[in-house]
Amino acid sequence: MIDFIQMVLSGVAVGSSYALMGLAMVLIYKTSEVVNFAQGEMALAAVFMTYLVLAFHGWPFHLAFPAALVFSFFLGCFLEWAVLRRAKTPNVLSMIIITIGLEMIILGLVSWKFGADPKTLPFPIGPYDAFMVGDLFISHLEIMTLVLALGIMVLLFLFLRFTRFGMAMKATQQNPVAARLMGIRVNRVLMVTWGISAGVGCVAGLLIAPTVMSPFMMWDPMLKGFAGAVLGGMTSLPGAVAGAYIVGVVENLFGGYVSTEFKSVVAFVIIVVVLCVKPSGILARHYVKKV
Amino acid sequence: MAYGNFYQAALPHTINQPTSPGLPKATMDRKRSYYEDIALFDSKAKLFWFIALLAFLVAYPHIVPSNSYIYMANLMAINIIVVLGLNLLVGFTGQISLGHAGFFCVGAYATVTLMIHAGLPFIAALPLASLITALLGFLLGLPALRLEGPYLSIATLGFGISITKVIGKMEFFGGRQGLHTPELTIGGWHLNTDIDFYYLAVGLTVLLTIAARNIVKTRVGRAFIAIREADIAAQTTGVNLTYYKTLAFAVSAFYTGLAGGLFAFVLRFVEPEMFTLLMSILFLAMVVVGGLGSIMGSITGAVLITWLDLQLRHILTIPYIGDWLRALSQSWFSITGVSNIQYIVLGTIVVLIMVFEPLGLYGLWIRTKKYWKTWPF
Repeated sequence: MIDFIQMVLSGVAVGSSYALMGLAMVLIYKTSEVVNFAQGEMALAAVFMTYLVLAFHGWPFHLAFPAALVFSFFLGCFLEWAVLRRAKTPNVLSMIIITIGLEMIILGLVSWKFGADPKTLPFPIGPYDAFMVGDLFISHLEIMTLVLALGIMVLLFLFLRFTRFGMAMKATQQNPVAARLMGIRVNRVLMVTWGISAGVGCVAGLLIAPTVMSPFMMWDPMLKGFAGAVLGGMTSLPGAVAGAYIVGVVENLFGGYVSTEFKSVVAFVIIVVVLCVKPSGILARHYVKKV
Repeated sequence: MAYGNFYQAALPHTINQPTSPGLPKATMDRKRSYYEDIALFDSKAKLFWFIALLAFLVAYPHIVPSNSYIYMANLMAINIIVVLGLNLLVGFTGQISLGHAGFFCVGAYATVTLMIHAGLPFIAALPLASLITALLGFLLGLPALRLEGPYLSIATLGFGISITKVIGKMEFFGGRQGLHTPELTIGGWHLNTDIDFYYLAVGLTVLLTIAARNIVKTRVGRAFIAIREADIAAQTTGVNLTYYKTLAFAVSAFYTGLAGGLFAFVLRFVEPEMFTLLMSILFLAMVVVGGLGSIMGSITGAVLITWLDLQLRHILTIPYIGDWLRALSQSWFSITGVSNIQYIVLGTIVVLIMVFEPLGLYGLWIRTKKYWKTWPF
């Protein structure tokens, strides 16, 4: 029984980092229907920039982390303005390919500058000091990730529903032409959406960095986060988080009880099965398209 | 009277002969009958150039200076086959697939396993392995009937990753060490050298290209294109979506499996770590750069990206660029990571092509042709 709860707790902890990536991807998908495969790499660039200023220039933590957020915000804005906006055919496949290309460029640049050997990011909370609740083990970092994931989800949800800019984002997704006619600057909305999404991804990256830091560190969280977002519905923010937690918990339980090797296999199998039953995810509203 | 002319025009041998004897049969891209549309060669000029190309391919191993060119040609042939299959799925039917490395892996392992454990000769193992891969493609196509866009991409992505992991973990397939491929013999012909393999690979590539072109020009290809443009509308005009979508997946998997079977013999060794997500992305990049929805595009994309990939592996040895790159690495970047220049260059090419010319190299070709055909207007 204790094992089961422990596994669920670790699953929830790892699911939180997937949830942050999933949130970032759903945010972009909600506004512009683009699947952003470059999500992980935007976070990666910010994390490695933080490593640079922390390790080589000796900035204090309370200066470096906000600077990372600002850097990732501007990186996201820049990518949208420079590349995504210039694409001539905005159909699904083109956008996916463009984001994959961007991802490869950023991965190559980061890998080239910093080399492939694993590094450690100086972090105020070590990844190994932990709380012990009875026999259950949960580390400080995992609690912080959980709190931040849920907190950011609530913040984004409130932002989308109750602020004017959030309403502008929803309007841009529903009908960009009508939004423009109503006075919403659609280009600016898209740019800022990418910026916010990159910022959320940066938070995820900074929380993953203490445990593992190498140029390929964001691939797995991004894929699992994407999978969780697809499971929960690409158009719903709570859905992304719920899906990510489900993926994390199921993966961990499967890994604990059956076999650790096929963990990710079962995650994808579950997603395909759920998608067959409910094609646009669990919590999403299925948008009916005109034939 | 009007009906008589209509039926007359539909039968090729009764078309009114042009008055001037020097006029070509069909001007520009105009096709006057169904048979002209599906004909393999539009004009004598195209037939001549095709025969010239075949002659060049036959003579190629004897006119190149070193063996590495033949190795490159082998890889190009295999990638052309994969990209033809992937283009049939992504370019013509509009289904996104990020998991073709999985089919590649299954094709390679199936061929080698059938030859080792079932004792089949290569000439039987390769088609059988391709059919097994096609069956797997059909099974993947079944959930794909309900999915589209990002949902389909995650399903195929998951499939690609999972298949490689599952095969890699099973001891029957050699586990992590992989399998060594047995000797390649067809009838009494022992294929030991790269040149022998070159003839096999290029011969198969030419056959498969003609097959792909025929698929695309006839009823099945038109059904695929209809599904890509508007699948519900296609269903209302009688295109059986279930049949044609799963057929697209199966045919695409067949091509990729066949290429995988050939790939196993290029390196004489298969191991699960060779078939990564990056390989799937590379295939997709080849399709996109070459041109979605065109046979010639598939070939050019595969040739270009394979050549680039091989060149970038030893970029430091190229005269001017290598030195500049080394200097740049030492001052700004780390010298050990120069191999990552592959990612950067490939990513840049993909982004530039998709932003400026979404139809890829084939689109560039068509635009150039149109410009000169309608010059000076």
